[in-house]
Amino acid sequence: MSLHQDVPLAWYLLLSAALFSLGVTGFLIKRNLITVFMSIEVMLNGVNLSFVAFAHQWHAVKGQIFVFFVMMVAAAEAAVGLAIIIAVFRARATLAVDRIDLMKL
Amino acid sequence: MDFRGLNRKLRRPSPNRPVFRLQPVSGGTMYLILFFVFAGFCLAGAINLLLQSHPINSALSLIVVMTSLAVLYLLLGAEFLAIAQIIVYSGAIMVLFTFVVMLLNAGREERTLGSRAARIVGFPAVVALLAVLATAILRAQGLGAAALNQGVTSTQDLSRVLFHELLLPFEVTSVLILIAILGAVALTRFEGAIASDAERTASK
Repeated sequence: MSLHQDVPLAWYLLLSAALFSLGVTGFLIKRNLITVFMSIEVMLNGVNLSFVAFAHQWHAVKGQIFVFFVMMVAAAEAAVGLAIIIAVFRARATLAVDRIDLMKL
Repeated sequence: MDFRGLNRKLRRPSPNRPVFRLQPVSGGTMYLILFFVFAGFCLAGAINLLLQSHPINSALSLIVVMTSLAVLYLLLGAEFLAIAQIIVYSGAIMVLFTFVVMLLNAGREERTLGSRAARIVGFPAVVALLAVLATAILRAQGLGAAALNQGVTSTQDLSRVLFHELLLPFEVTSVLILIAILGAVALTRFEGAIASDAERTASK
């Protein structure tokens, strides 16, 4: 197998950086609470990809375990975050982030 | 795809025999094609998430992003994480998202003055961020290349570290999940339901 056929690790890292940047863009330009939350998930996935790429590069199992923990925390975060979104929707009857500008009910 | 057979082949890499031959194309070319196809899916899904104005379309394109990331994890030899990505992310988390989108009947997002300001500030900031990250990555030395025969981390190796060295953090995670479940239930509990329950018992 010749070397030029392998994918450079930098491409994985660039893909990860691009995913993270797209997540940041979504977080900034989306005006719907649920879509903003989805953009955070895209950012988490981008970071996970670079963790897995580095773990592969240095044969470090702990990098993959870190991704596993990130997944668990993301699951917990999604559950609580979506519960908060439902509570906000009940109180305000809107999901537009521009209209949710007060902390109190 | 038979992962066990693949694994057995990858564990015994011999230098004179071509390792990992899927189809007529050689393993290396296949690897490259798979990387480009699924990296493309990943980026297309993420861009589509931004362009769609309806949340359910964004949720569906997020599923595309997560599933193609699972294939990339498989290419990087992380077989357990690939399956966990599909089950936890594209399965559990995205089902939760689509449920909430449908439950709240979320319509198109509305354009306001704030959205224009966010666009004006957001895009240059993100381009700058991406440029900084890309230059840092491209300048870094000794990153090397990722080939599939370099080693697959089996679930066995992963669990050995997870349950021997990192048992306590793993158990603490279960407490975290439990607290998250309790928090979600407490947050979404409808206050009126309790009051009407009390009324119903009082009327009896």
